[in-house]
Amino acid sequence: MSARPPVPRRAVLAAALAGALGAAAPAAGQGFAGLGGPAGGFSLPAPGPFAFPADHGPHWDFRVEWWYLTAVLAGPDGAGLGLQWTLFRTALAPGRGAGWISPQLWMGHAGLTTAGRHFGAERLARDGTGQAGVEPTPAFRAWIDDWELAAPAPPAPGGDALDRLAVAARGQDFAFRLRLEATGPIVAEGEGGYSVKSATGQASRYYSQPFYRAEGWVDLPAGRVAVAGLAWLDREWSSQPLAPGQAGWDWFGLHLDDGTKLMAFRLRDGGAGYGGATWIDPGGTSEPLPPGALRLTALATETVAGRSLPVRWRLELPARGLDVTVTALNPQAWMATLIPYWEGPVAVAGSHSGRGYLEMTGYE
Amino acid sequence: MLRAGVAVLAGHWRRHPLQLAMAVVGLVLATALWTGVQAINVEARASYARAAALLDQDRLARLLPRAGDRLDEADFVRLRRAGWLVAPVIEGAGEGADGRRLHLVGIDPLTAPPGALTLALAEGATLAAFITPPGRFLADAATAAAAAGQLPGPVEVVAGIAPGVVIGDVGIVQNLLGAEGELSRLILWPDQPAGLPDWQEVAPDLRRESPAAAGDLSRLTASFHLNLTAFGFLAFVVGLFIVHAAVGLAFEARRTGFRIMRALGLPLAALVALAAGELLLLALLAGAAGVALGYLVAGALMPDVAATLAGLYGAEVAGGLALRAEWWAGGLAMAVAGTLVAAAAGLLGLARMPALPAARPRAWARASGRRIGAQAAAGAAGVVLALTATALPGLSAAFVAVAALLLGAALVLPGMLAAALALLAGVVRGPVAGWFLADTRQGLSGLSLALMALLLALAANIGVGTMVASFRLTFTAWLDQRLASELYVTGRDEAEAEALRAWLAPRAAAVLPIWSVEGPLAGQPGEIYGVVDHSTYRRNWPLLAALPDAWNRVAAGEALLVNEQLARRAGLAPGDRLELPGGARLEVAGVYSDYGNPVGQAIVAAARLSSLYPRHERRRWAVRVAAADAPALARALARAFDLPAGAVVLQAEVKAASLAIFERTFAVTAALNLFTLGVAAVALFASLVTLAGLRLPQLAPVWALGLTRARLARLELARALMLAALVLAAALPLGLGLAWLLLARVNVAAFGWRLPMHLFPADWARLGLLALLAAAIAAAGPARRLARRPPADLLAVFAHER
Repeated sequence: MSARPPVPRRAVLAAALAGALGAAAPAAGQGFAGLGGPAGGFSLPAPGPFAFPADHGPHWDFRVEWWYLTAVLAGPDGAGLGLQWTLFRTALAPGRGAGWISPQLWMGHAGLTTAGRHFGAERLARDGTGQAGVEPTPAFRAWIDDWELAAPAPPAPGGDALDRLAVAARGQDFAFRLRLEATGPIVAEGEGGYSVKSATGQASRYYSQPFYRAEGWVDLPAGRVAVAGLAWLDREWSSQPLAPGQAGWDWFGLHLDDGTKLMAFRLRDGGAGYGGATWIDPGGTSEPLPPGALRLTALATETVAGRSLPVRWRLELPARGLDVTVTALNPQAWMATLIPYWEGPVAVAGSHSGRGYLEMTGYE
Repeated sequence: MLRAGVAVLAGHWRRHPLQLAMAVVGLVLATALWTGVQAINVEARASYARAAALLDQDRLARLLPRAGDRLDEADFVRLRRAGWLVAPVIEGAGEGADGRRLHLVGIDPLTAPPGALTLALAEGATLAAFITPPGRFLADAATAAAAAGQLPGPVEVVAGIAPGVVIGDVGIVQNLLGAEGELSRLILWPDQPAGLPDWQEVAPDLRRESPAAAGDLSRLTASFHLNLTAFGFLAFVVGLFIVHAAVGLAFEARRTGFRIMRALGLPLAALVALAAGELLLLALLAGAAGVALGYLVAGALMPDVAATLAGLYGAEVAGGLALRAEWWAGGLAMAVAGTLVAAAAGLLGLARMPALPAARPRAWARASGRRIGAQAAAGAAGVVLALTATALPGLSAAFVAVAALLLGAALVLPGMLAAALALLAGVVRGPVAGWFLADTRQGLSGLSLALMALLLALAANIGVGTMVASFRLTFTAWLDQRLASELYVTGRDEAEAEALRAWLAPRAAAVLPIWSVEGPLAGQPGEIYGVVDHSTYRRNWPLLAALPDAWNRVAAGEALLVNEQLARRAGLAPGDRLELPGGARLEVAGVYSDYGNPVGQAIVAAARLSSLYPRHERRRWAVRVAAADAPALARALARAFDLPAGAVVLQAEVKAASLAIFERTFAVTAALNLFTLGVAAVALFASLVTLAGLRLPQLAPVWALGLTRARLARLELARALMLAALVLAAALPLGLGLAWLLLARVNVAAFGWRLPMHLFPADWARLGLLALLAAAIAAAGPARRLARRPPADLLAVFAHER
C-alpha cells in the first residue's frame, strides 16, 4: 500500500522526557526536545523481522522506548471511562551500567478518565536499582514502583508473551487493575515494523497489540467499580524518531464496533502537517493508508489547562466509507505530568460507531 | 511667588549645608539600619525556605535505620515497589581544600519530593550531567570554592544551599563515601497513595522520624528575627531623632523667611505644600541612599547572621544576598513616613504660624515643661505595663515587656533628668552653677529626643551585651562540664562497639557507655540516657537543682535526672516522679542544664536502662584518657578498626568548633549595637547643633553679665558630658532590666531554658567612656563655634530681639 508508514505518536512524550532530563541538549534545528538531533553513539533501527520475546524487552542501545497501554472501558451501569498505563525508557548513553551508574531512566504515566473526572499520576526511576524495569522472560514483566504490566505466567507453547497480561497502577486518589487477554495477533506498524518518519530517513521499530479484551476494576474516590472493555498496547523504540520543526501530534486509536481498529494521526509542523493512518481488519491484517487518504477536521475546541485544544473531530476516509465524529468523553483529560499533554477516551459516531483514545501533544 | 518660595527654601539649605547634611545623614542612617535588618530577615527566611526545599531535612518525615547509621538500599527499592513514595539520601563527611569539613549529601533527583531538586537543577547542572559520572556537585559559593578540586566532578554554585553542604547524585556520593548499596535515610513524600501496605512490614529494620523539629526551628528562628526587627526599629527611631532635630532647626531658622513670604501674599496652603514637597524630596533621595547603604550593611553582616542561626538553632542560612524590590519599596516608604513623622511638629507649627512674631521663649519653656510632665506620666504607664507583662507567660508577653520597658523608660527620662537637675540645683552654690543647672533644665526639652535616643542605645548595649556575655560564660562552662570525656566512639553495630570497648579498656582510664532510647517523656518526644556510676559524671555534670545524694540514688537505679527543658515543660522539681515509657515511675533526683537541646531528656543508670529497654542500642562510648594521649589513641583506634570518619570524635575538636561558632554567633548583635550607639551620637550632635543656634538669645545676657565666650563654650561641653553621665546612670538599670527580660523571660519562652545572669562592670565602664566620648565629640563642634562667635552676634541678639 502506501510507502508512508505511520509516525510514532508517542515520540513526542519520550522526546520531551529526554529533552527535559537533558539527554540531548535542545538546540535550534534539532527538532522538538532535541529528538531530531544526531543519534550520537546510539543504534539506529533497521528493517527486519521482530524477534520475540526478546523484542518485548528493553533495547538499551536505543535512545527512547515505550510500553504504552490504553483501555476503553465501561462500568456495570454502562458509563464509559478510559485509562492509560505507560512506561517510558530514555537513555542518557547507550548500554547499561551497574546500580545508580546505569545511564537509563524510566518514567511511568497512569491516567484514569471518566465523563466528569480525570486522574493522572507520574513515577520516575533510575535504572539499575530494581525500582523500575522490563523483563521479557520468563514471563513478561514491566514495572515502575508498584505499577506493573505483567504476564501472570510464561506464555503457553505457541503463544506470545504478551497474550495475557495484568496491568495495575495507583495514584493519589485513584487506582486500577485489569486483566488483559489478546483476541488477535500482534500487528507490525509501518513496513514490517520499520516505521520511517521523514524524508531524511528518521525511523523507529514499532508494533502494536490492539486486540485486548480487558476486565477488572478501578478505584475512584466514590469507591471501587467493576469495569470491562478493550485495550491497545503500543511498543516502539528509536534513537532519532523526530523530524525538525514538528510541534506536536493529534493521534487516534479507535476500536470500531465491527472489530476493525483504526490508527490515525496528524503531525503538526505549522504548515499542512503530515498525516497517516493504518486500517487493521478484525483478523489483524494491517493496511497503511496513503497520506491524504484520511481527512482530519477539528470541529470544536475547549480551553484545557490554559490552552485551546480540539476535543471534537471529524474523520473522513472515503475509500472505506468512513465519516465519523470523534468526541472526547471528558474534554479536561489533561495529564499534568513533567511533560504535560492531553490523553483521554473518545466516542465514535457516524458511519461507524465505536470507542477509542485520543492523544494531543505539543499544544502551548 | 511660588518660584520665590522655592528659592527661599532652597537658599536656606545652600547657606547651611551642615544642616542639610545632618538631615540627610539622619535619614540615610535610619533607613539604612532599618533596611539592612529587614534585608537580613527577608534573606534568611527565603534561605530557610530554599534550604528546606532543597534537602527536606526538617520539613518531611523520614525513615531511618533502627540500628547503625546506614540502611540497605534494598529497603528503598522494596518500599518503592510496595507503592511508598520515598526518596533516598546518603550523607557523609568529606574534606575541602583548606581542611574545611564538607558535608556530602547524595540524592536521587528522580524520586526527590516535588519541588525539591528541580530548583537546584534549574540553576545548576542538567540532570544528565548531575547523575552521569563524574557528576556535578552543587554548593553555595564559599563551599564550592573549598570543594573545588576535591571532588571528581565540577562544583556549581547554587545560592541557598546550606553552608558546608555539597549535594551530588546518590550513586556518585555513595561511591565517594565507599558506601555502595547504603543509604542514610529515606525521605517520605508528604502525600502517599491510598491503600498502601504498612511500611513496617515492608522494611522492618527502619524507624520513622517525624518532622517535629521543623516547628521548633521556625519558632526559634522567628524569635531571632523578631529580635532583629526590634533592633532595626530601634535604630530607625533613633535615626528619626536626628531628622527631627535637623528639620526642626530648618523650620526654626526660616521662620522669618516664611513670615515674609506670607506677608508678601504666598497662601498658607502653598507654603505648607512647598515645605512638605521639600521634605518628600529629601526623604526620597536620602531614603534611596539609605536603602543602598542598608544593602551594604546587610551584605557585610550576612555571613555572621548565617553563622548565628547555624550555631544557635542549627538553621542553615546561606550567606548570599540579593537586592530585592521589596526592600526598595519598604525602605523608601519607611523613609517618607519617618520624615513626615519627624517633621510633623514643624509642619504643624508652620500651618498655625501667626503672621505676628512668635511667642516668647519663656512661654515655650513652660509649655515644654508641661509636655515633659505628660511624657513622664505616659512613660510611667509604660513601665507599669512592662511589669505586668513580665508576670505573664509566653514569648509575646516577654517581647511586650521589653518594648514597654524601653519605651516607658525613654519617656520618663526627661522628667527624671529635670528632677535630678532640680535636686542638684538645691545643692550647688554660686550664681554660675545655679544658672548652668537652670539653663540645662530649660534646654532639656530640645535635647530630650536625642537623650532618649542615647538612653535606648546605651540600654540596648548593656542589655544585649550582658545577655551575650552571660551566654558565652555559661555556655563555655557547660561545654567543659558536658564534654568531660576526651574521646567519643561509635561502632557501626553492637558487635563492633563491643570490640571497640574491649580494645579500648586496657588503653584508657575508663570506657563509659552512652546508651539511649527515644520515647515520650511527659507526653512529648524525649530521650532517655543510661550512664554508669563514674566520677566523670559526679564531678562534672551541671546540676541546677538536686536532692541530697542524687548521684548515689541514680546509680542505685531508684531515681533519675531530667534536663531543664523537660523540668520546665512538665513542671518537675527534685522529689517529683516521672513516668518513663513502659510505665516505670522514678523519682526526679536532680535537674541539669542542657543548652541547645530542643527535646526533653532524662538520665538513669545504665543498668536500669538495660533492664527497662533490653533492646536499646549499645554502640557509643565515652573514653576517659589523658588529654595529651587522646589524638594518638583516636588515630590508632581508627586504624585498628578501619572506622569511618565521624566514628571517633575528639572532645577538643568538638569544643573548639562549638566555641568558634559561638564567637561568631553574636557578631551581628555586636555590630548592630555599635551602629545604634553611633546613630545615637549623631542624634546628640544634631540636637546640640540645633540648640546652639536657638540658644544664642539665652546666652547673650549671660555673656553680657561677664562670662567669657570660652567659659560659656566650656560650660556647653560640660553640660553635654553631665547629661550623658546622667543618661548613662539611667541606662545602666534599664539595660540590666532588659538583660534580665532577655535571659529569664524571652529565652525561657523561646528556648525552654533560663540562662544565669552574670554582671560585667568592666563592659559598663568601657561603654560609659564611649558614651562620654560620643557626647564630648557631639558637643565639641557647637562649643567651638560658640567660643569663636564674633561678639557682634551676641550683641545683635539685643539689637533684633525677636
